[in-house]
Amino acid sequence: MVHLREMPDHLREALVNQELPDFGDTPWVEPKPLSECRVALISTAGLHRPEDPPFTPGAGDYRIIPDDTDMGALTMSHLSTNFDRSGFYQDVNTSFPADRLHELADEGVIGSVASRHYSFMGATPPTAMEPVARDLAKVLKADNVDAVALVPV
Amino acid sequence: MSGLAHILESEGIATVAIALIRKHAEDMKPPRALAVPFELGRPLGAPNEPDFQRRVLRDLLELLEEDSGPVLADFPDEPPGAAPDMEGWACPVNFAAPVDDLSDEDLIRQALLQEISLLKPWYEESKQTRGGRTNFGISGKAPEEIAAYIAHVVTAREDTESTIPDTPAHLAFKHMADDMRYYYMEAAIARPDGRASDVEIGNWLWGETTLGKVLVTIRDWAMESEHPGFKALAVTAMVPTHQRHRTQHG
Repeated sequence: MVHLREMPDHLREALVNQELPDFGDTPWVEPKPLSECRVALISTAGLHRPEDPPFTPGAGDYRIIPDDTDMGALTMSHLSTNFDRSGFYQDVNTSFPADRLHELADEGVIGSVASRHYSFMGATPPTAMEPVARDLAKVLKADNVDAVALVPV
Repeated sequence: MSGLAHILESEGIATVAIALIRKHAEDMKPPRALAVPFELGRPLGAPNEPDFQRRVLRDLLELLEEDSGPVLADFPDEPPGAAPDMEGWACPVNFAAPVDDLSDEDLIRQALLQEISLLKPWYEESKQTRGGRTNFGISGKAPEEIAAYIAHVVTAREDTESTIPDTPAHLAFKHMADDMRYYYMEAAIARPDGRASDVEIGNWLWGETTLGKVLVTIRDWAMESEHPGFKALAVTAMVPTHQRHRTQHG
């Protein structure tokens, strides 16, 4: 298992205590009631459709995952060798819970599912992602997205 | 992840984030985070456990009902499914011992081809079990072409020439080596109980196969190489942490 508590001490310390960027005070948006929220997923697992180009080191770009994509066909080109992929191979929802999100919409827990989801590749420095992510916020608004669930690996 | 949360929220989109490393969320203070006690790579906990996954996602989304933040909540439960029986896992295929001589490109290629042909039925079986899903294909190359390229890299080293258009040699290697590992791993999870973990499969792939031996050798070289591309990949993107004890540089 690639569990933190099972990693060699020096590697765990390096991962947990790595230098993190400082984004300052926590921003806060007052969302709609959850049962009215339109929700998109944003993964940092380096996911994309098979026909999309794989992720490359240092690029802060993302891939669009339309909600009607065959999620079972998604592929993962994250650069890191240091997290479990066997769970994803067996069930895409282990790291990209699109089916679960639809079930919560069907149950009325959330209002609806956005028409597009997105994946970044998490080994990218946040500084490289920042301009791209600011633009992405505009796209999300255009899609009437109220809230995003951020799902790392 | 916490960085994205800050950026998107400051642009007016409400965010909730899963935190696999609690300390990162403590330090970066994203607006709403749910710390989960799962292994890296499994943010929803476990495969083929829809009820459990839905609970995790629901707990995460319900953080949107909090009045003020930052909020850092903890998901209370370990994922279902007992720890896999480490004694019990075995690759479906018995390989010959890995090749000893890693200086002969053709010999290495032949050994990799033999491993691939033994794994092929299991890879296909595994893919079929998952409704045709496969992560193999990132590089766009066939397994046989990848075997040839990897055998070339381990012998040609700095002089490696890329076989993927517009892609430098080290990135072509990264995509193809990853593809090959996915191929082996997917073949390896074909056994019926489907409970194998990264470490179990890793112990086999990196410890018992020619592919593993070749990739470790490339990593050992790349760590000391003057080639900036290969060297940059070598540090973290070639061998998983749980297998680095097999390398010279750890």
